[in-house]
Amino acid sequence: MLTYLLRRLILVLPVAFGVSVICFLLVQIAPGDPLTAIMPVDATAEEQSAMRAAYGLDKPLPVQYAIWIGNLVQGDMGKSIATGRPVAAEVFGAVQNSLLLAVSAAVIAFPIGIFLGFLAGYFRDIWIDRAVTAVSIAGVSVPNYWLGIVLVIIFSVNLGWLPSMGAGPGGSSEWQWNWLHMRHLILPAVTLAVVPIGIVARTVRALAGDILTQDFVQALYAKGMSRADVLRHVARNAAATALSVMGLQLGYLLGGSILIETVFNWPGSGFLLSNAIFQRDLPLLQGTILVLALFFVAMNLIVDVAQAAIDPRIQRT
Amino acid sequence: MTDLLDIRNLSIRFKGKRTVHAINDVSLSMKQGETLALLGESGSGKSVTLKALLGLLPPKRTEIKGAVHVNGTDVLSLSGKALQRYRGGEVSMVFQEPALALDPVYTVGHQIAEAVMRHKGLSKADAMSIALDMLDRVRIPSANRRLHNYPHELSGGMRQRVMIALALACRPRLLLADEPTTALDATVQVQILLLLRELQKEFGMGVIFVTHDIGVAVEISERVAVMYAGQIVEEGTTREIIRDGRHPYTQGLLAANLHDVARGERLTAIPGAPPALETRPEACSFAPRCPYAVAACRADLPPVICPSERRRVACLRAEAPMAAE
Ligand SMILES: Nc1ncnc2c1ncn2[C@@H]1O[C@H](COP(=O)(O)OP(=O)(O)OP(=O)(O)O)[C@@H](O)[C@H]1O
Ligand code: SF4
Ligand SMILES: [Mg+2]
Repeated sequence: MLTYLLRRLILVLPVAFGVSVICFLLVQIAPGDPLTAIMPVDATAEEQSAMRAAYGLDKPLPVQYAIWIGNLVQGDMGKSIATGRPVAAEVFGAVQNSLLLAVSAAVIAFPIGIFLGFLAGYFRDIWIDRAVTAVSIAGVSVPNYWLGIVLVIIFSVNLGWLPSMGAGPGGSSEWQWNWLHMRHLILPAVTLAVVPIGIVARTVRALAGDILTQDFVQALYAKGMSRADVLRHVARNAAATALSVMGLQLGYLLGGSILIETVFNWPGSGFLLSNAIFQRDLPLLQGTILVLALFFVAMNLIVDVAQAAIDPRIQRT
Repeated sequence: MTDLLDIRNLSIRFKGKRTVHAINDVSLSMKQGETLALLGESGSGKSVTLKALLGLLPPKRTEIKGAVHVNGTDVLSLSGKALQRYRGGEVSMVFQEPALALDPVYTVGHQIAEAVMRHKGLSKADAMSIALDMLDRVRIPSANRRLHNYPHELSGGMRQRVMIALALACRPRLLLADEPTTALDATVQVQILLLLRELQKEFGMGVIFVTHDIGVAVEISERVAVMYAGQIVEEGTTREIIRDGRHPYTQGLLAANLHDVARGERLTAIPGAPPALETRPEACSFAPRCPYAVAACRADLPPVICPSERRRVACLRAEAPMAAE
């Protein structure tokens, strides 16, 4: 197991390198000159090239990449062109907020999804199964920004129970574990949880339904096991696959919540990303994408290792 | 002493998209420690009979009539905890495909220990030492290493040995073996058969051994019951069946096995196919394939003739020596 872990860690290095190159190049391909956003309209050509040199944008691409990476490993991700603040601080603050939102959504979604999926898989082809299937299809197909707006209209505008904007009172982005702040988390987390509920329920339903038709289930009953014992065996059989689906969902929740963060003005990475795009803020954009992508890579690694740890059928070599 | 097994007029019908009269008026009894081979071609209802003995048929889709008693216990009325105690404790089963009948994500030791803990109320450690002892008894080499193996790390023959160890760990009075060697290589088949025979002597439990292969039936059992279309068409000691099989279907099976069919091969030598079982039989089910059939065979159910004690033949013409029309 330890050598497996080491090997997987070493294999991550080339992936991380590839990810960084792609992040770097992607931003170069994007149309629009970042300088036009911050230079006065009447700036002279000299002033422009001075600015270009100041941000290192006049050097050839490989050199720019090398400098970027060199700084990166020292924890320096450059400065935001738009705000002049260090990218690292901006990105980590935002990623923290997004992670909070994503994990909250996952904490809501995964148990519900697993429960519904198990129920549907166990009571296959009767009304319970159909109801769960309908719920999960609805969850996956309803556009979640629309759902977010509907929830805001109901719970914030009409009922006035929950706030609709920001991550804390007065739009503060400093998170604290108290009710004043947590109130802000509820609506976006619930909205974000709807899609993974559907996906996890569907996955678990298919898994449980399939496992229950296997011969060993009958063999378990034949040796005198109770229904609870059998369900435990089924859960253990389903765990590895269910886990990998949930790991990927967590990754999507973190990176794919741009719309939700925009609807709820949540100061997370999606929010930051859309700002960076609209302001052509290259260093910020690069930094955010890179951190999110590396998070995804790490998530995959964790899922793989966890899978190998709990499922003996997976080769640990 | 009460009979080990007493099946009275058992009929099983599957409802659903298609109705199947899988078992039709089967009666069968076994004394303590007896070995019985249940012989018959595919679809004749052998597995359904065994599953009924363990209460494993899906209750919603199955209609069961008749009575089944094991050691005096009314099996069909068992439910809940009593059924759990009975399954694996009183009667246990070895399945055809050991690769599918073991849970792939638990070690074989755990799977044996789990049953022992349930039935004997032992601690995990004690149950594991019983599991180890059982692996030794089914002659698995370096058993204490194998105890911690997962099913996919073992060969087919090993896995079947594990299944047998699992089935016998709680010392059942009756072992049901549903074609335990069909999925294995020929040489391994023989080893497993020999093992089962030895363990039967050692433990003294009764065994119902389901097979297609009359040769296997002879090796392993004192008595033979021949099934056709959900009915037992002939029953007797192995010797009686081999020497003096009276039912035309039994004779067909014997001829197929004694002449050209290699051991372990499926029986195809009797021309024709078994009936669809969509309705309850009202005449001899074998009549369409029977070389001795007469009009009376198609008019009514054949009488059951008892040439000697515990010997039965369900054939109109079994009394007198037969000649083709
Ligand atoms: N759960 C079920 N639902 C509906 N029909 C069933 C079910 N189980 C078995 N049958 C039907 O009952 C009949 C007897 O099946 P069974 O499995 O007992 O045959 P078998 O003698 O064991 O054959 P084989 O040698 O192929 O294992 C078959 O026609 C089968 O299709
Ligand atoms: S009853 Fe008639 S048809 Fe049936 S097996 Fe006997 S002879 Fe053949
Ligand atoms: Mg069968």
